Amino acid sequence: MKQVILAAHFPGVNNHTVWSDPASGSQIDFASFTHLARTAERGRFDFFFLVDGQRLREQRGKIHDLDVVGRPDSLTVLSGLAAVTDHLGLAGTINATFNEPYELARKLATLDHLSGGRAGWNVVTSSDAFTGENFRRGGFLEHAQRYERAEEFVRTVNELWDSWAAEDLVADPSAGTFARADAGEFAHRGTHFDIGGHFTVPRSPQGRPLTIQAGDSEGGRAFAAATADAIFSRHSRLQEGQAFYRDIKSRLAAHGRSPDSLKILPGVTFALGDTDAEAQENADHIRRQQVSPQTAILLLEQLWNRDLSAYDPEGPLPEIDPDVSEDSIIKGRTRMYRDPLKAAAEWRALAESKKLGIRDLIIEVTGRQSFIGSPSRVAEEINEFVQGDASDGFILVPHLTPGGLDAFVDTVVPLLQERGVFRAEYETTTLRGHLGLESER
Amino acid sequence: MSAVPLHLTVALDGAGWHPAAWRDPAASPKALFTAAYWAALVAEAEHGLLDFVTIEDSLALQTTRLDGHDGRTDQVRGRLDAVLVASRIAPLTSRIGLVPTVTTTHTEPFHVASSIATLDYVSSGRAGWRAQISGRHTEAAHFGRREVPELRPENLADIDKAPLVRELFGDAADAVEAVRRLWDSWEDDAVIRDVATGRFVDRDRLHYVDFEGEHFTVKGPSIVPRPPQGQPLVTALAHARLPYEFAARGADVVYVTPHDTEQVRAIVGEVREIAGEVRDPDAGELKVFADLVVFLGEDGDEARGRRARLDELDGAAYTSDAAIFTGTPGELADLLLEWRAAGLEGFRLRPAVLPTDLNAITRGLVPELQGRGAFRRAYEADTLRGHLHLPRPASRYAGSRR
Ligand SMILES: Cc1cc2nc3c(=O)[nH]c(=O)nc-3n(C[C@H](O)[C@H](O)[C@H](O)COP(=O)(O)O)c2cc1C
Repeated sequence: MKQVILAAHFPGVNNHTVWSDPASGSQIDFASFTHLARTAERGRFDFFFLVDGQRLREQRGKIHDLDVVGRPDSLTVLSGLAAVTDHLGLAGTINATFNEPYELARKLATLDHLSGGRAGWNVVTSSDAFTGENFRRGGFLEHAQRYERAEEFVRTVNELWDSWAAEDLVADPSAGTFARADAGEFAHRGTHFDIGGHFTVPRSPQGRPLTIQAGDSEGGRAFAAATADAIFSRHSRLQEGQAFYRDIKSRLAAHGRSPDSLKILPGVTFALGDTDAEAQENADHIRRQQVSPQTAILLLEQLWNRDLSAYDPEGPLPEIDPDVSEDSIIKGRTRMYRDPLKAAAEWRALAESKKLGIRDLIIEVTGRQSFIGSPSRVAEEINEFVQGDASDGFILVPHLTPGGLDAFVDTVVPLLQERGVFRAEYETTTLRGHLGLESER
Repeated sequence: MSAVPLHLTVALDGAGWHPAAWRDPAASPKALFTAAYWAALVAEAEHGLLDFVTIEDSLALQTTRLDGHDGRTDQVRGRLDAVLVASRIAPLTSRIGLVPTVTTTHTEPFHVASSIATLDYVSSGRAGWRAQISGRHTEAAHFGRREVPELRPENLADIDKAPLVRELFGDAADAVEAVRRLWDSWEDDAVIRDVATGRFVDRDRLHYVDFEGEHFTVKGPSIVPRPPQGQPLVTALAHARLPYEFAARGADVVYVTPHDTEQVRAIVGEVREIAGEVRDPDAGELKVFADLVVFLGEDGDEARGRRARLDELDGAAYTSDAAIFTGTPGELADLLLEWRAAGLEGFRLRPAVLPTDLNAITRGLVPELQGRGAFRRAYEADTLRGHLHLPRPASRYAGSRR
C-alpha cells in the first residue's frame, strides 16, 4: 500500500484563515509557528509548509484589510523552527522572480545544514509590476518568460549546490587541508543569468534541498515534470486529481525519471466532528466565518472586476455583467476566472435555482475540496484518494492559527497509522528521506 | 574609582579570526557548518552577559587577496548565511542580541527588512543588522547585474574619493533608509481584529514608504508587521570618513579600528563631529565601539606563544585592519578602560581562536571588568536595544493618517 504524505500549511494570509474565532492567535509571533510545527512533528508529518507574497494585496486601489495580513520572511522563520523540531521537513514558498540564484541557493543550503537535511522550497513565479514595485529589478516578465527564468533559476541553483562535492570539505588539521582547491567553482552562462565564481556553502546534508512547484499551466506542468520533487496542486477532487496525477506522472519518463520521483500533493482543508453530521455543522460554521458579509462582496468583485461595495451581501447578484478589460480590480493575487462572463452566468443560474443571496452563493462557490466528517471518515477518504492515485498525500490547510491541526493529529493520524498507511515513527532524518526520495549527495 | 559600564560584544567568524585558528587543538573544524557549533558559541557569549554577537558573512569565499579567489586550501573556506544562523540560534538563547552581517550591495532592501524584522520576532526583540557594502568584483560576478572592476590596493588608498566606493556607500545609505522606513511602515497597533467591521488590520495604520533612491525604489508597506523592537539595531564597521558619514546617518552603533589611545581620541572626535553635521537629532546618539582582535592567555607568554604557533602554521604573521591585542584578560581590561576613558562606549572583540579566546573573554575578561565595576552582573533588559539603553522608537508614520 502507498504511504500517505502529509504536510502542514501554516494558516496565513488568505480568507481561509478564521481570525475572528476566539481561539485564533497571532499570525506573526514565533510561538504560533512553534506550536503548529511541534504539533505536525508530534503527528509525524513529513513537512511544514509556508506560502509567500511580497506585497500587501490591494483591491479597488486600497490595501486589503479583511483577511489576515502580514507574515514573516519564510526562510528566516524556518531556520528558527529548525531549533524547536528534530525531524519535520521545513519548506518555504520562494519567488524566483524577486530573488537571485546565488543568494537564494546560499540560504537554502544554509537551512539544509542548520536543520540537518530538512530544507525544501516551493518555487513560484508569480510576477507582476505591482509586486515588482518593492524590488530593485522591478518585476514584470511575460507569462512564458516567467517559466523560462524559473527553469533557468532552478537549474542554476542546482549547479551552485553541486559545486561542492561532499569530499571537498576536508577539515583535516594534521594534513593542513580545509577544503579542496576547486571547491565551489561554478560558471553559468545563460539567458537570464550570466554568473561565475565560487559558491560559499559546502555540500549540505540533502545535497539538494527538496524542490516543490505549484504551476498548473502547460508550461508549469512541463517545468515541474522536468525538475520538481513535489507539486503543490490545486486539483483536490477525486477525478480531477486522478487526471492531473496521470498527466504529470506520464510526463516523467521523457526526463528519465520514475513515477515515484515526483510526489503530487494537493492543498486541502478539513473539518472534523464526533459524527459526520457534527462535522458538517462545523464546516458550515467555518465557511460562514471565512466569508463575512464584507468578504463576500470582495470575492464577488474579484469575478465581476468592478466596485460592488454598494450591493447588499444578503441581496441578489448584480444584473450588470463583469468587466472583462485587462485592468484588474485585485492586485497582488492572480485573477482566477478564465472566462468571467461564463462564470457569472453559472453563478446567476445557481443563485436562481437555490434562491441564494450574494454571501450564501459565495460560500457555496468559493469553497475548496475539504475532508469533512468524523475522524474515521476523514482517514478513510484520505487513504482512498492516495490509493486511488488522485494524489500521493496532502498539504493540509487548517483554518485556525496556531491550534488548527491539534484535533487532526490527535484523532485522524492514529487511524491512518492503524491502517498501516502512515508512519508511527520517523524512519529517516531528512525531508527527502521522509518522502522516500533519494538523497542527492 | 568605578568606571562607567562599557558594552561588550564578540564578532564570530568561522573558527576564529586567525586564518590558522581551525588547526588549533581546541578547534572543531568539522563542525563549522553545524547548528550545534554556533549554538555553543552563542550560549557561551550569553553566559558571559555580552550585549550581542555579530556573525560575519560575505557573498564570496574568504580570500587572502583583496579581490579574487586565492585557491588556498589551508584556510577556512565556506560560510553559512548569517541571518539564518542567527535565527537558528535565537530560540536557544533568551537575552543576548544577534547581529548578522548582510550586504547592501547585491540584496533587495525589501528582503533585508523582512528577514531582520523576522529575526526580531524569532528572538523576541534581540535582532540587529551589520550593514556592509560589497565592493569586490568577485561578489558582483556572482550576481551578474552590475559591472564592478577588480578592487585594487590603489583604490583603497583614498577610498573617500573612489567613485565606485562613493556609489556603493550611497546605495548602502539608501538601503538602510528604505529598510528603516519599511520597519516603521506598520504602526504598532495596525492589527485590530475588529469583528464588527470585519477588518483584520486598520489600513490607515499601514503606510507606503515610497522610497526613491538613485538605484532603486521601494513602494512598501513591509510584508512583516512592525518588529518587536520597532527598529532593530543597525550597526556598521567603518575605517574612513565616507563610512563614518554612512554610519552617522544610518547606524545606531559604529565599529571603528583605532590602534592606540591617541587614535581613539582622534577617531571618536571625527565621528562625533560628522554626526553633529549629518545625523538626524531624533536618531539619538551614535554609539562608538572599537574592534580588537584578541589572543588571551593566563599569562602574556602563553598568549604570545599561541599567536606565534598559529602564525607559523599559516606561514605568515597575522595582520588585521583592527588592532591585535595579545595578553592576559587583566591587561585587556586595563586597555579597554583606558580606551573607554578616551571616548568609546564599547568594544567588539574578535576572538582569534574559537572557542578558546571567547571562553577567555567570558570567563576571564568579564569577571575582571565586573570586579572593577565596569560591566553588568546580570542582564537588565530583555531586548537588544534595552541592553544598549536605547528607547523603543515610535513609528515615524504614527499618527499620520492617509
Ligand atoms: C496550489 C497553488 C499554490 C500557490 N501558492 C503561491 C504562493 O504562495 N505564492 C505565489 O506567489 N504564487 C503561488 N501560486 C501561483 C503559482 O506560482 C503560479 O504563478 C500560478 O499557478 C500561475 O502559474 P500557471 O499559469 O502555471 O498555473 C500558487 C499556485 C498554486 C496552484
